[in-house]
Amino acid sequence: MPEVAAPASIARPDGWQVLKRNRSALIALGFLAGLSLIAVVVPVLLPEELKLTSSNSFVPPSAAHFLGTDVNGQDMLYRLLSGARVSLGVGLVGALISLVIGTLYGMISGYAGGRIDGVMMRTVEVLQSVPRILFIMILIAALDDYVKEWIDGWRLSAQARNWSDLAKTISDVKPYSKVLVMIVSLGLVEWLTMARIVRGQVLVLREMTFVTASRAMGQSPWGVLRRHLLPNLSTIILTYLTLTIPAVILDESFLSFLGLGIEDPAASWGSLLKDGAQVINPLESKWWLLVFPALLMSASLLALNFLGDGLRDAFDPKSGE
Amino acid sequence: MLPFLLRRAFSSVIVIFCVISITFVLARITKGGPFDKEKEPPPHIKEALLTRYKLNGTVWDQYTAYVGSLVRFDLGLSTRYRDWRVSELLQQKMPNSFALGTLAFVIASFSGVFLGSLAAMKKDTWIDRSAMFGALLSISIPSFISGPFLIAIFALWLGWLPVGGWGTASQMILPALCLAAPYIAYVARLMRNSLLDVLKSDFLRTARAKGLTETQAVARHAIKVAILPVVTFLGPLAAHLLTGSMIVESVFNISGAGMIFVNSIQNRDVFLLGGAVIVYCVLLVLFNLFVDVIYTLLDKRIKLYA
Repeated sequence: MPEVAAPASIARPDGWQVLKRNRSALIALGFLAGLSLIAVVVPVLLPEELKLTSSNSFVPPSAAHFLGTDVNGQDMLYRLLSGARVSLGVGLVGALISLVIGTLYGMISGYAGGRIDGVMMRTVEVLQSVPRILFIMILIAALDDYVKEWIDGWRLSAQARNWSDLAKTISDVKPYSKVLVMIVSLGLVEWLTMARIVRGQVLVLREMTFVTASRAMGQSPWGVLRRHLLPNLSTIILTYLTLTIPAVILDESFLSFLGLGIEDPAASWGSLLKDGAQVINPLESKWWLLVFPALLMSASLLALNFLGDGLRDAFDPKSGE
Repeated sequence: MLPFLLRRAFSSVIVIFCVISITFVLARITKGGPFDKEKEPPPHIKEALLTRYKLNGTVWDQYTAYVGSLVRFDLGLSTRYRDWRVSELLQQKMPNSFALGTLAFVIASFSGVFLGSLAAMKKDTWIDRSAMFGALLSISIPSFISGPFLIAIFALWLGWLPVGGWGTASQMILPALCLAAPYIAYVARLMRNSLLDVLKSDFLRTARAKGLTETQAVARHAIKVAILPVVTFLGPLAAHLLTGSMIVESVFNISGAGMIFVNSIQNRDVFLLGGAVIVYCVLLVLFNLFVDVIYTLLDKRIKLYA
């Protein structure tokens, strides 16, 4: 089948150059890359005894524990970095799920047009008028027990077959089941903005001559979407991915702070902040439980927002200046 | 106007109905019923409890019974706080959340519009830059971080304001500020961008040409147009403040509807959860409708359609 070459990008061609000149966005990118690397590598390198619970609870920052210890006597540096793993991981994967759903939905709606587009966009409007965080809470509560039960079922069947290694792995993984539930629930509700943005872009793109030419040559709708529209949508998708990640991280920590999200022994920034906020009292300040998670979380969200704004300035044709 | 209101009312009822249905079904297929958490009651007592609360039979039977009572404006009984009607509990707790939300709403919209306009008029000066950096900063500091820090600084360290609770004016300052802070920033950013666009327009050049000072031109002519995007944001803003108040209520120990919501999920208190969801949805729908009407009053070019 003959192919029509699509132009590389119809966004302002100098988008990457605009981004390269944006110093704060580059610093933010560097910070996030460094943090992700540290969060993945350092917990592996830390000595094992720091990771276990001990009787040394609430030790202030010292040479043995750089950031002090928490109520269970676990090292805060380890808790903070494993919290960063969970928070950043939930943010990234949740945002990716919402990206897939939102992009597909927006592309189909925009490309189909007419009545289908009308129904699909009206649905998005209705969903936007629903308080979604309430939905997430109910959804998580409903899914969580089922997932825990499945995991128990797998563990039992592994034990029954004498696969003790697998059974042990499964019971190690069980506390983290809520992470999975949260990723899925948040991904399922955060795609609305992405769908609207993508649809808007598709409406513009589908009127372009290279799309008409490709259609005239007999390319199927899916082929047009995949070969011609998707490459031209990539930068705007990347931009809104960067802006969705902090939104998902905020939702996750919101729920964990209220005690409906990540639970011990797993940690996230939200659950660490919950633990820190609970021990505030006028007599004895355990500031390290609150200050370090707060600093790291705010810095990460600030970096993500800087990067997202930078990307939007560089690539979003609609963002004025 | 009237046909618009009728059509909107109709579609709102459908939205609320869908939300209630999904909430109820999700809450009932969740493992662990409302009476499973405490010491397991003897079977015949549990059966009697389930019958009293109309929670026996299939989920479909329970659902139709619930919808049937809703149609008669009966929100049912709380399964956790025995002998309390859901409507009584909500009446008791809603006013606190409502006052907190309204206060934060007023703070966020007014100071946001003010700061945003200031930043736009002083574009590219230190005022603009620091206001916009401050805005990004306060967007990046969620209320569950700012809340404990505000308490630590103003209540524990300086001792100026009380740690928590609700009722006196001094108890309201910290929670309302904490809830409003990120939204001041959203409104300010929106207002700045919109006013910058308007400042470039022809009618403002005319206003300046006839001798108005920049402040007069902005106050008399530009604000009216530039504020429209902010007005459209007021609907989502109300939604965020409603749910955001859960965190603030838990940090500042305020007994409000947000805590009811969180507790009813944990206690599997189906009817209280349903009641809270209904109140949230109705408030949101009413507010969005209100915003749409305000919008047409501000901008005569817009016609309402549904």
